[in-house]
Amino acid sequence: MRRLPPLAALAGAAASAAAPPASHEHAVPIAGMHFGAPPAGLRAGDTILWVNRDIVAHTVTARDRSFDLVIQPRQSARVTLRRAGAIAFYCRFHPTMQGVLNVGR
Amino acid sequence: MRMKLAALAAAAFALSAPVQAQAPNDAQIAHIAYTAGQIDVAAARQALQRSHDAQVRAFARTMVRDHEAVNRQAVALVTRLHVTPAANPTSAALSSQAAATLHRLATLRGAAFDRAYVDNEVVYHRNVNGALRDTLIPAARNAELKSLLQSGLALFTEHQTHAEHLASRLH
Repeated sequence: MRRLPPLAALAGAAASAAAPPASHEHAVPIAGMHFGAPPAGLRAGDTILWVNRDIVAHTVTARDRSFDLVIQPRQSARVTLRRAGAIAFYCRFHPTMQGVLNVGR
Repeated sequence: MRMKLAALAAAAFALSAPVQAQAPNDAQIAHIAYTAGQIDVAAARQALQRSHDAQVRAFARTMVRDHEAVNRQAVALVTRLHVTPAANPTSAALSSQAAATLHRLATLRGAAFDRAYVDNEVVYHRNVNGALRDTLIPAARNAELKSLLQSGLALFTEHQTHAEHLASRLH
């Protein structure tokens, strides 16, 4: 009788051949009326978890309108970075709060 | 203009003079902070009734959202601490001055209203922030009250900068 390779091994080989680079989740705090520094080495496909530690609501709004999150006090929200490039963002409620995400391919 | 300057000077006096004579206690500090927040919410509601400028209205909506949020937390804190906010000459003077400002701004419309509202917001936040930094935060004894006031100072400093940017656009 012919021996078949284990299904698990086949599945693993298929996954490693087709898998895109692993994406990561990065937590960025919002505290004291400032956005935390975005992490270095961001890549398209990564996710940012914005954590609002302030006592009021904030937004995280891309200047190009590719995302616009409203985050209540002591809540968090995620955004997945769809494209590479520099993405400027700010808080619509508090426009002096701003930053830039530098996203690689 | 003379009347406006006199009103601003009176507001600054209200925040600084009585509390310099004797440091306020936590119950008085809570009353002053809550009153200052309510005053700015009332000013913002007046702006939302009278202004047609998109940026002025967005600023006013933020003032309502933020000051109501801070005051909700202040009420929750004093309730938990079993502290009853105590009326005092500083909060009474603030309320009286705010009523006069609301009355004065009610006679204005259009760009004149927008300028007067935003100018008052700049001076009001500057005075409140000065009082928080120099008097109320140093005098607060309870650590949670002090922390809430410090968070408020960071927030209201952003409000002041926001108002200053708006004012430079309107003048």
